Amino acid sequence: MTTAPTRQARVSLLHRYANPAAFGRLSARILPWSTAIAVLLLGAGLYFALFDSPPDYQQGNTVRIMYLHVPAAIMSELVYGAMAAAAAAGFIWKHALADLFVKAAAPLGAAFTLICLVTGSLWGRPMWGAWWVWDARLTSELVLFFLYLGYIALVDAFDDPERGLKAGAILVLVGVVDLPIIKFSVDWWNTLHQPSSLMSLSGPKIHGSMLLPLFLMIGGFVAFFLTVVLLRLESELLARRIRAWRSAAGDAS
Amino acid sequence: MNPVLQIFWQNLRLQLKQSSDLVAPIAFFGIATMLAPLGIGPEPNLLSRLAPGMIWIAALLSTQLALDRLFQRDYEDGSLDLLALAPVPLELAMLAKTAAHWVATGVPVLIAAPLLGLMLGLDGGSYGALELSLLLGTPILSLIGAFGAAVTLGARRGGALLAVLVLPLYVPVLIFATSAVGAAGEGLSPWPHLLLLGSMLAAVVALAPFAAAAALRNALE
Repeated sequence: MTTAPTRQARVSLLHRYANPAAFGRLSARILPWSTAIAVLLLGAGLYFALFDSPPDYQQGNTVRIMYLHVPAAIMSELVYGAMAAAAAAGFIWKHALADLFVKAAAPLGAAFTLICLVTGSLWGRPMWGAWWVWDARLTSELVLFFLYLGYIALVDAFDDPERGLKAGAILVLVGVVDLPIIKFSVDWWNTLHQPSSLMSLSGPKIHGSMLLPLFLMIGGFVAFFLTVVLLRLESELLARRIRAWRSAAGDAS
Repeated sequence: MNPVLQIFWQNLRLQLKQSSDLVAPIAFFGIATMLAPLGIGPEPNLLSRLAPGMIWIAALLSTQLALDRLFQRDYEDGSLDLLALAPVPLELAMLAKTAAHWVATGVPVLIAAPLLGLMLGLDGGSYGALELSLLLGTPILSLIGAFGAAVTLGARRGGALLAVLVLPLYVPVLIFATSAVGAAGEGLSPWPHLLLLGSMLAAVVALAPFAAAAALRNALE
């Protein structure tokens, strides 16, 4: 009997924000902060990235594309990871908002992936001499983009929105199992893209003057994602309530 | 008889009964491979270099054809509900249905592939690797495809959606299978690629039926 209260406490902590009203209060408290942080970090990051950081000794000013490209690439994977974690939470604990979060995050993830692909293409033209090469990282990013598009198409394809959410959550979980295999197989297949300069065992291989705007931009992207995903979640919840009212009104008449 | 085997035989009989269901994927496999020389040009050296990729892409697309009907009929006439209520776990029933799908669509591809390889001038040493890669790879296609069919069950525009969902997941199979055939063509050992393909098959056999069953339960709710 001694374990029962702690277990209950854990469950209630997890489910406290499953209640739309409680979630609304939480998100109303977070939103002003996340908006301010996003504006500040993106503003400062863009200033440093465009005006107050050195050009690369080989790449010249084209290196400034990095400040958009790298954060977008990081976000494209981070968002998919968050979606997979939420989908798993929806399955295991039947959390009421988890599947909605997945739906709210998907278009953002697709947009980040598209930004990563487009900026990478613009960067590749002067550096590699081609808009597109079938390199491992580019290809797996493209596959990730198609996984996002598939999820978005699947969720919208059902007459019953709740069923679409559940089907989409299963798809995201299958995708997250397959993604490492896709990455590994494509790496094996062809590699031209430089390996990661930010994450390596001996610390970042980028000079501090470039690292500062890069980290500001990464932080700004995360805060921006948090802001927009909260807004989208709130509007999804409103849409769900409108649907419930409509069907109640339809039953009454 | 074992109920799982019974599901397998019943589904296989149903698949084979409608000869159009059986003929269409093979014909599609042949036609898709035929289109490639017409589009690329008849030069023998080029074709023999492209042959493994063309045969595999055609195989990938032809297994797509029968997928959207894998559960559709059972879903509409209600026998899927009975299957879900049956004492056999839905996961095993999925495995049995997928196996029937593979025998009806994968095995014909296995039989037709060497013929197409011959027509495209595939290197003499790569036929064994081609057959082995198809033997290991096409069941993976069926298993992932069955998951795709289950998750799109009852969706609008099911067929096109199914292809969009499933084809990106096929990427690793395509890479390792064509690498195996290519390696054999260059006189190297295809075994590293084939072993990886085999390990993928083992993982997919273990995992895909659970994903497909979860998707089906969602569709039947």
